[in-house]
Formats: sequence, structure tokens, C-alpha cells
Amino acid sequence: MSEDKRLMKGNEAIGEAAIRAGCDAYFGYPITPQNELTAYMALHMLDEGRVFIQAEAEVSAMSMVFGAASAGGRAMTSSSSPGVSLKQEGISYASGADVPCVIVNVQRAGPGLGGISPAQGDYFQATRGGGHGDYYNIVLAPKGVQEAADLTYEAFDLAEKWRTPVIVLADGLIGQMMEGVVLPEAKPAGRPDRPWAAGDRAKRSKGGSVAPANHISSLILDPPVLEASIRTRFERYGRIEKECCRFESVNVDKADLVFVAYGTSSRVCLGAIQQARKEGLELGLMRPITLWPFPSAEIARLAEAGKRFLAVEMSMGQMVQDVRLAVAGASGAGVGAKVDFYGRCGGVIPSEEEVLAEARRILGKR
Amino acid sequence: MEAIYKHPASLVDVQSKYCPGCGHGVIHRLVAEAIDELGVQDKAIFLNPVGCAIWADLYFDMDTVQVAHGRTPAGATGVKRMRPDHLVVCYQGDGDLAAIGTAEIVHAANRGEKFTVVFVNNAIYGMTGGQMAPTTLVGQVATTAPHGRDPDVAGMGYPIRVCEMLATLAGTKYLARGSVDTAANVRKTKQYIKKAFQAQMRGEGFTMVEVLSPCPTNWQMSPVQAVDWLKDKMIPYYGLGEIKDELSFSAGDAAKVGGVA
Repeated sequence: MSEDKRLMKGNEAIGEAAIRAGCDAYFGYPITPQNELTAYMALHMLDEGRVFIQAEAEVSAMSMVFGAASAGGRAMTSSSSPGVSLKQEGISYASGADVPCVIVNVQRAGPGLGGISPAQGDYFQATRGGGHGDYYNIVLAPKGVQEAADLTYEAFDLAEKWRTPVIVLADGLIGQMMEGVVLPEAKPAGRPDRPWAAGDRAKRSKGGSVAPANHISSLILDPPVLEASIRTRFERYGRIEKECCRFESVNVDKADLVFVAYGTSSRVCLGAIQQARKEGLELGLMRPITLWPFPSAEIARLAEAGKRFLAVEMSMGQMVQDVRLAVAGASGAGVGAKVDFYGRCGGVIPSEEEVLAEARRILGKR
Repeated sequence: MEAIYKHPASLVDVQSKYCPGCGHGVIHRLVAEAIDELGVQDKAIFLNPVGCAIWADLYFDMDTVQVAHGRTPAGATGVKRMRPDHLVVCYQGDGDLAAIGTAEIVHAANRGEKFTVVFVNNAIYGMTGGQMAPTTLVGQVATTAPHGRDPDVAGMGYPIRVCEMLATLAGTKYLARGSVDTAANVRKTKQYIKKAFQAQMRGEGFTMVEVLSPCPTNWQMSPVQAVDWLKDKMIPYYGLGEIKDELSFSAGDAAKVGGVA
């Protein structure tokens, strides 16, 4: 049954989508600019008879997620940048123990306490593992309220399918703004079988013999055994890279210059593309929706088609490194394709005009 | 013929990695016996902590969850909230519980989380090789307190009495402190553990049993000396007994269920 479009704040749409995705347990801690999400979960999870806890700390909230997910629940936490730094401990443990869960980061400006305005300075942290050890997490980057809801909804399925934490990397603008959204259908109640999870051992036992105990752990002290386990996980990462990569392209075939931008900065680029067209300038946008895996093959393809790039970020330049790596992997005409960067940071959102001016400057058009 | 001794079903029949004279083995056995007697092995989830008991998932034949250092009560919170009908055992040492995980234990207790903590207090960090713990006694030597714990001059603070601290919180319903230095104390400790498990299965609130336990290796003593030291030094400071009992049933009732020795 499809629903009418409704006007919702990004933070609340994320919460409602999580509930509809069958989130059994939410653990949070107050931090701006994602407080509406925690409040939404408090109100609606408790009303639905599900688990909501305002934890004593971000580290605890993440470990509660670890526990609930280890016991077979769909578990989620959310925070903003300084809080997500604290969650890195638990995210690393969940990655090492293959515990599926969802972490929402409504980014604000850092480093340190930074500010509470939108930023994209956590790209490295999100896409490079973020905590200690060798691992990656799937990172989804919504550009608005609708996609924030859709990607959050899907994040739970991705987490379970691939047995990994999934990070929804939004920012303060997406969290705080209101847009029309059509919410996904609620999943039917009841928990599917998670034969790897802790608990319900009696139900796993069949034909009179007791099922072996399930151990959720990231500890492997024997180096060759740990190495083998990490390599197995990386084989899974390889499959994720092949199957899960997602992006959106706008006007890239006609474009003389292709913006590469995600989330809020991609919206600014879309505005710049429209303005540019009025002056007879063709610009395009390659918008990664998954930041890990990064759509490198598409960047390489565009480079090979003779395109040059302008990465636009609300940071001093983080994703641009992945664009350059993708170009470095291109062949033929793509070798040496130019990659420029324009960024604002500290909570400043670039304007369409300044992004367009940078595009004009690069293309030598005044 | 009646079997008067058998290996608990909840314990795997393997040799443990614990040092000679370590208390963990006895405490594991008490936990396993209580679980067997309550018939909840296949409904038990054990959280093995960072520290010497990290290996508990090799020794207990039950589902286990291993969380980050000190976050054991937070992990147990997630597990228990997802599986309220299961017996959740949050097994912790003094470093895990009273140092790096102080916030987690205090708030889990204050929320009245309905799992049971088995808190092994051996007044030292074992796995990492004998550093000072929050429960290290004044004057006790550790690798990080080479001249003995000195609360004043060196600013090392005082040993924390965890049961007494948590007793002030309304969420705690049963707090007891036992010891494994003598057969009599071992038996009493088992009664505490079993009572706490029964309370948990009845959904009565936060329960914890602290167990004073020898660590001859890191105390640099023989096993016999270690037991004597525990008796002479630890018990006078960490008084034994039921520190708080607000359960709806009495110890006598608990002892009748499952035939505690």
C-alpha cells in the first residue's frame, strides 16, 4: 500500500524509515544536529513496544547496539561527528565480529567540538573503517530527506545480507531540513531466522541433538588464523564492491566538466548545472550514493571518455582523493584526466554561484 | 547408585588456560552448576569480558557475546533487551568493571537491567600482567604501583567497594559478595549466584555477585599463600555477605529450588 507524500524533517524521516525497516532496538545519546532523531525514536519505539535506551555515553550506545544485534535484533544508533568518533570502538568490534547494525552520522563541522553546522569532514573516517584494524563499512550518502529515508530503510537489509555495520552518512542540513517524502512500507512484524546469533539455542537444535553454541567475538590470537579470517572478510568486501556500488549521473555525457559531489554539496552542484545551462555552459554531476564502495569504475569510464572533474565537498578535500585514485586507475584517454577541487569547511555550505564561478575558471570561461 | 559428582553440562570438558591457584575455574564451575540446576543452559547467554576470562567462551557450553573492554554491561543490556526470556550472565573482572567500564556498570545497575553480573575481584589486572586495579588494596604492590598503592603521596586513590557503591542505586535488587578461599565460602558464593540467577529469571531487577578471587601469579605468591592473603587482607576490607537484598523471595526459598548443597 503506497502512501501519500508527507512533509518531514530529515532526522524524523530517518527514524520513521528505521522503524518501518523493522528496527528492534535503538540506542542513542544527545548531540546536535541529530536530536530530533533520538526524540522520534524515544516516542515511537516505546509506543511500538520496541527497545529504546538513552545511553550513558556514545561508547555504551554502540556496545548496546553490538549486544542487541549479536542477539539477533535489528539494532541502530545515531549521532553526529564527535559522537561518531566515540562509537568507532564498537564499530570496529562489530566489523571484526561480523555483527550487522546501522549507524547514522548526521555530520557537523570538526575537528574537535567544531561547530554544529553541516559539514562533510567525516568522509575519511566513514570510508576508511574509522576505528582500529583492517575493515570497511558500507557507507550510504543521502542527498535529501527522501533518500535519507530510503537508504536508512535499505541499510538494515544490506547490513544483514553482508554481515557488516552500515553507515548512513548524512549531514546537519539533511537532518534539519523539511522536504516531501513518501515513506517505505512497514516490514511485517516478526524476526527472521538469524542462525548465527546468540540466543534461542533450543530452536536451533534439531533431531534431539543440541546445536553447537554460537560465539560472537572478534578475538583471534593466532596470527595466521586471524589473517585468514580477515582475508575471508575482504573477499566479501570484494563482492560488495562488485554488487553494491551506486551513483547518480546528471548530464555527464554532454558535460565539459563533471562535478563529483555527494549529499548536500551535490545539491549545490545541481543548482550550478542549471545556472550554467542558461549561459550555454554544459556541466554534469557524478554523485556517489555509496561512498564505500566508491564508484571508481564510473569515474574511470568518464575519464576515458575525455571528461575532467571538479570535486566539490564541504571539507578541505577528502573524497577528491578517491576521485584521483579512480582516475589513476583509468586507461587510454583517461590517463591523466584533470581533477580539481573546490571545498568549504567549518560548517560553511558552498553557494551555487561560487561553485559555478570555479567551474568557469577551470574551463577558462569568464 | 546416585551420582554425587559430575562435570557440569554447561562447562566444556577441556583444560583451562587459567594459572594454578586462580579463582576463575572455581567461579566458572559455580556459574555452570547454577545454570544446570536451573535447567537454562540452552537459554543462557554469557558475556565474556576483556581480561583473563576472555577465554570463557571456550569453557562455557553456551552462546556467548564478547564486547569491548568495560562495555560488557552495555553489551549485556542489548542482549537482555532483545532476549528478555534468556539468562544473561555478564562476567567481569575488576579492571573491566571498576575502571574502564565504570560508567557502563553504574548506569546498567541504575536502569535496573535484568541481567546478572558476576564480578571477579582479584585486586589486580591479570591478563596484562599485574597492573594496579581500582580494587588493589592500599600498600599492595603492582607493576604500576611498584612501591605499593599509595593513595596520598602518589595519588593512586583508594580501593573501590563496588557492591556498597551500587547499593545506593534504586535499580539494584540483589548485591552479594562471596569468596572462593574456603569450601564454606565457595558454597555460600554458589548460593548467592544461584539466587541472583533465580531473581533474574523472575525479572526482579539488577543482580550482582562479587567474588573475591586469588591471583597467585600476579600477586607473586604460591596458591596457598594467595588464599591466606585473600583471607587476611581482602576479606577484612571487602566484607562478605548479602550487601543488599530487595528480592521478593528469601534465601531459604532459593536454596530449596534445585537443591543447593
